[in-house]
Amino acid sequence: MIDIWSGLSQAFWLLVTLDADLVEITLRSLRVTMTALVIACAIALPLGAFLAVRRFRARRVTIAVLNALMGLPPVVVGLIVYVFFSRSGPFGVLGLLFTPTAMIIAQVIIITPLIASIAHQALRELWSDYHDLLISMNTTQRQRIQALLWDGRRALLTAALAGFGRAIGEVGAIMVVGGNIDHHTRVLTTAIALETGKGDFALALGLGFVLIFMAIAVNLAIHYISRTEQEGRW
Amino acid sequence: MVSKLFPLVVEGASVRRGRKVLVGPVDLIQEGQGVTIVIGPNGAGKTSLLRMLHGIARLGSGSINWACDDIEARRRQAFVFQSPIIMRRSVLGNLAYPLRLTGMSRTDANARATAAAHEVGLGDMLARPAPFLSGGERQKLALARALITKPELLFLDEPCASLDGRATREIEAILIRTSAAGTRLIMSTHDMGQARRLATEVLFLLNGKIHEHGSAEQFFAGPETAQANAFLKGDIVE
Repeated sequence: MIDIWSGLSQAFWLLVTLDADLVEITLRSLRVTMTALVIACAIALPLGAFLAVRRFRARRVTIAVLNALMGLPPVVVGLIVYVFFSRSGPFGVLGLLFTPTAMIIAQVIIITPLIASIAHQALRELWSDYHDLLISMNTTQRQRIQALLWDGRRALLTAALAGFGRAIGEVGAIMVVGGNIDHHTRVLTTAIALETGKGDFALALGLGFVLIFMAIAVNLAIHYISRTEQEGRW
Repeated sequence: MVSKLFPLVVEGASVRRGRKVLVGPVDLIQEGQGVTIVIGPNGAGKTSLLRMLHGIARLGSGSINWACDDIEARRRQAFVFQSPIIMRRSVLGNLAYPLRLTGMSRTDANARATAAAHEVGLGDMLARPAPFLSGGERQKLALARALITKPELLFLDEPCASLDGRATREIEAILIRTSAAGTRLIMSTHDMGQARRLATEVLFLLNGKIHEHGSAEQFFAGPETAQANAFLKGDIVE
């Protein structure tokens, strides 16, 4: 109990004084997560729409695999990315291991199936509503996907936020591929893991509260910007 | 309006779901003028017939031949569904969508959509989210959206079902104007009063087949078959 109070007061103090290390770690967390989120959304949202619209032989299998990949163990993803980008790996020449770029790649791999799967669920319902109309209007497959993505944008926000939640709280994969290097690849989650390991629970809790606060703030900001809770919206 | 779609020649066309034949085989020739009303009891195949002719329902057998090629034919027709399918956009967005599909600029599409909204009495609702319109307003929006690309043929599947008298009158007024402007209408209805008011030609469907086909005047004056006669009298026909 004392640790929690101590953590709260430390979090408050870190925030009020705008601790330089905290600001740096927080901004890096945000940069890595938001970049991964944008890339993952660019892949996953059209993929979700494509799976809703297009009928092909392996469709059911693809959806089942996508759903299964939602539970992808981050440490395993980290390990695979590590092997691929290690000096002896196929992409070792790029020298990306222990860089924020490698962390972004790992996060993209983790959250893309999650976002695609949730997007597919939401757009499948919308497609069943729109099916006859868009067929009747003689639309191309590309136009159908565009219509679904635009008209389903508020439902897709939920998918993106789920991806953000998973990415911002991720520790296993980015610890493996990022290495938790101070002033280089250290982010909030890896810093929490480090401080816990060192036995500094108060600081770890403080960072944890900052992480929770940031996650909530980003969610609220996105909801506010997209006006999802406004009356008369759909 | 001189239509490049007609004559429409349907030969032995049918639609199946599994082993069940929903409609057909249908043999039919349609010329490019007037209003064809499709009537018949529930389950007779009215909706399936319209969907088959429009190309939404896959043909199980036979052929549907337009005077122009199929892609061109699809571009020259539109469909209004019994339950209007409203896109999750504003009224303006719904009306502009078909125009944007044709490659029209946003400014031009919005200008034409605004004019179309005024024509059907939705001019003061342009920015309103379309899914929140009333039933009558939704159907008027669906009709205006179908008409905005100036189709030569418009299919309507019971467009006034579940609408009150006033909304029905407004929809009928739009349909009469549309027909007068040269758009060919093929429409199903359960409302015999509406059929009498609008039809120039009647298709009476029973058990998925065209049971009687003729001019509206002849049909309503005295149908040829006992089943059609019974249907007009309001008897149960099976």
